Amino acid sequence: MIWSKEETLSREEIEAIQLTRLQQTVRQVWEKVPPYRKKMEEAGVKPENIKSLKDLSKLPFVTKQDMRDNYPFGLFAVEKEELVRIHASSGTTGKPTVVGYTRRDLQMWTECVSRIAAMGGATKKDVAQICFGYGMFTGALGLHYGLENIGAAMVPSSTGNSEKQIMYMKDFGTTLLVATPSYALRLAEVALSMGIDPAKDLQVKIGLVGSELLTDAMRAEMHKLWGEDMLVTSNYGMSELMGPGVSGECQYLDGMHINEDYFIPEIIDPKTGEVLPAGEKGELVITCIYKEGLPLIRYRTKDVTRLIYEPCKCGRTTCRMENLDGRTDDMLKIRGVNVFPSQIEEVILGIEEIGPHYEIILTRENHTDRMEIRVELLKATDTFKELEAIEKKIKNKLRIVLGLDAKISLESPNTLQRFEGKAKRVQDLRKEI
Amino acid sequence: MYIKQLSVFIENREGRLQEVLDVLKKSDINIVSLSLADTSDYGLLRLLVTKPEEGKAALLENGFSAMLTDVLGIRLRHRVGQLQELLEVICKSHINIEYMYALSTGTDDASIVIKTSDLEKAAALLQETDVELVKAEEIQA
Repeated sequence: MIWSKEETLSREEIEAIQLTRLQQTVRQVWEKVPPYRKKMEEAGVKPENIKSLKDLSKLPFVTKQDMRDNYPFGLFAVEKEELVRIHASSGTTGKPTVVGYTRRDLQMWTECVSRIAAMGGATKKDVAQICFGYGMFTGALGLHYGLENIGAAMVPSSTGNSEKQIMYMKDFGTTLLVATPSYALRLAEVALSMGIDPAKDLQVKIGLVGSELLTDAMRAEMHKLWGEDMLVTSNYGMSELMGPGVSGECQYLDGMHINEDYFIPEIIDPKTGEVLPAGEKGELVITCIYKEGLPLIRYRTKDVTRLIYEPCKCGRTTCRMENLDGRTDDMLKIRGVNVFPSQIEEVILGIEEIGPHYEIILTRENHTDRMEIRVELLKATDTFKELEAIEKKIKNKLRIVLGLDAKISLESPNTLQRFEGKAKRVQDLRKEI
Repeated sequence: MYIKQLSVFIENREGRLQEVLDVLKKSDINIVSLSLADTSDYGLLRLLVTKPEEGKAALLENGFSAMLTDVLGIRLRHRVGQLQELLEVICKSHINIEYMYALSTGTDDASIVIKTSDLEKAAALLQETDVELVKAEEIQA
């Protein structure tokens, strides 16, 4: 179901809205955010120079480093008393990034998430269980208000106590699950260990997953455990931009529809910063054009994708972004080869003798990178021959995909760490030499 | 004719063997014989126990990769050449012995456990000789 008419406007209509809002935002930031005004002055650009959407490329970028440098409120465009909510990112790599919302920002956020949830099949009839951690993280509350706005019955179960989560699902008749893909798999495991088959004994038919990449292989694994008829869609967002709700997949699963009346996407060459022509792959840059609290202009997401402007079969005309390969941040350089953990995941999920959980450990010995991949053995066996064959199978597939050799460590089932939030599967123990 | 052997995958890590034995103890399962084979990364623990089905279930429940495999138990007389003569029968028929370990069933006799490539054929061949196969009931007391 299409939630708002703004999702079906013609290109001209969308662009007219975008230009007006962009001009307003640039003026507001120029007046209220000194660090960004300084950047604009250094780039020799003033608000009146933004005459068309093409002029967007004249504006300087904002990076995560800018947010840290101006911690906590330096990039906010309103007085503190206008704020009604403050969130912060997990801050796994340094100080957290802080985001503030005015009342209108929260309304916009709710609208954005309602659209994305409706794309993923949510209706007022749903019982929606949010298995994201409630707290400073934007994921849980973002999805919560959007789904509640649609009229779904919210079950804010948060993370943890997985057996109780399954009990709620069964007893409340949960139909919609919000979780990271890895926690969704974990919940299915827990259900099975309780003698409950998620595909048959539970009524969960919609999965809105986010906060982690959803690879095709992971989606297939979700279907295997939660049932073939489950509609599993991924959605995209980041706290700096608002939280979830920037874009999401519809039932056709062919890219994520961007809420273009609120966000302008661009694709740039991450090395030169040049804007790339439509359809090319590069780093996604997003400009917030309707936010009051923290209206970031040309924020570098570090996510690699491509934009699709052709209208979708679902009837929406908004630009779509392809599902991500990974963040440039997540990319590993191993013996000079660029590797996204998602590539390793695809291989692992395609091998039936092992489970979907894995850990990647990188070390350096004698100036050479070594990669160890720990996986769980699902197939019980009585011979070393069979164990070696399984190891070899994983090794060969990885070599084909990555062009690299890895040491495979087979572990017993349920021994690798499980994650309730974002999975941290890579341990890089290499010391800079 | 066959004995059900419990096979468990264990990583080469401190305490893993102990954990397996702990699970069996808590399920009141006695170990009659065992063999532990290892590589640098992992090992296979093969056990003859009093309650193989229950042992397997308990181990699976505790997160181990475990299965049951059919093996042959053969009673041997304590005499020079007995094992060699026995294996000659098997090898002549081009049956491959995958692994073998000792099984203690009494004071006068020795016994071995073997797993071969064609277990059915090996069992048939052995039954034609004068050796006695150990019965599953003797283990699963």
